[in-house]
Amino acid sequence: MQNNLYTYCLRLGDTSLILSQRLGEWCGHGPILEEDIAMTNISLDLIGQSRAFYTYACELEGKGKTEDDLAYQRGERQYYNILLVEQPNGDFAKTMMRQFLVSSFQYYFYTELKSSNDKTLSALAEKSLKEVAYHLRHSGEWIKRLGGGTEESKQRITNALNELWLYSGDMFDADETDMEMVKAGTGVDLLKIKPMWDKKVAEIFSESGLEIPQNVFMVKGSRTGRHTEQLGHLLAEMQTLQRTYPGSSW
Amino acid sequence: MVQVINQSKIIERIKNIPDPEIPVISISDLGILRDIIFSEDKAEVFITPTYSGCPAMKAIEDEIVAVMREEGVEGVKVKMVYSPVWTTDWLSEDAKERLRAYGIAPPENTSFDKRALAIHPKEIKCPRCGSVKTVMVSAFGSTACKSLYKCEQCLEPFDYFKCH
Repeated sequence: MQNNLYTYCLRLGDTSLILSQRLGEWCGHGPILEEDIAMTNISLDLIGQSRAFYTYACELEGKGKTEDDLAYQRGERQYYNILLVEQPNGDFAKTMMRQFLVSSFQYYFYTELKSSNDKTLSALAEKSLKEVAYHLRHSGEWIKRLGGGTEESKQRITNALNELWLYSGDMFDADETDMEMVKAGTGVDLLKIKPMWDKKVAEIFSESGLEIPQNVFMVKGSRTGRHTEQLGHLLAEMQTLQRTYPGSSW
Repeated sequence: MVQVINQSKIIERIKNIPDPEIPVISISDLGILRDIIFSEDKAEVFITPTYSGCPAMKAIEDEIVAVMREEGVEGVKVKMVYSPVWTTDWLSEDAKERLRAYGIAPPENTSFDKRALAIHPKEIKCPRCGSVKTVMVSAFGSTACKSLYKCEQCLEPFDYFKCH
């Protein structure tokens, strides 16, 4: 059980950290100043969430490791973030679509995790939920604006959806750890939140004139550390300093 | 020689540590400071983070350790308390007034109010001229806890301390 909880914390921390790193790539490159600030603000919330999950994971493991060890010293097969978050930023439409698909998932996930019988997980869920609610509103508004905007914005947001949809199934790909965590009253039942997520996504897409791609093969594998080729490149950049000069600090 | 520490003076100093971004309010005004426990010449300070990624938290931790050192307490541990979750409801009326005087509109709703999450929360008063003819420029502002607004009466931009 302890081991499941540790894995669970890694998964949550990894998803937040990798999305945070991706959003950080926008720093200084946003289409307008307000959006530059918005994306880096969201990035900051996410990195804070990942730090809390990692710190808890280290505490559970009890080997005196730190959040930095977890972030900088694991290879791609030891990362368990969902596949969506490692996908490259693309254009602004793709970044917002990725954000919306993930934030809406996190919104329902953390809502459920608030009732976890693990006090730390429940507290972290409650805290994260407040932040994710903002991320969801912000990205959802952009989906509608881009969908209902010009011919070009509509085309771009449609392309974004087509490029990202195949990674959405991975979020709900429950494995044994997920099931045991549900049984223990500690984790989130993904089967329960899937219909809520479906409904939210359908609602925003219908307001945006977007159609969910049909008969798409869903790429999965994050639960076992099998990633798309994108994660390795991201980690190489993120970890280069600590790998070259282990233990160096500012 | 064992230096005698003055606990009540330390507590007072720690309580009054200003927020590094908004120096008109202290960490106890904000509700960040939760508890201080002394045991012999050591101390544990419990704080609650505002936003998960708020960089001010690190500055606050460092300041707590520095104040303790100055007062002769070397073994200081700053610990995070995540539950109950921090909320702007903990801001006192007095602290809200100081925010307003500083040019930041204080949170208008309680966090229990669902409208706080709506696109247009309750009308936000301009901290300078008091007009309610204001518009949100950006939901995300200069720090995680603020949104950017503009007053259509006096035409000044201002920060709004979000309800959280």
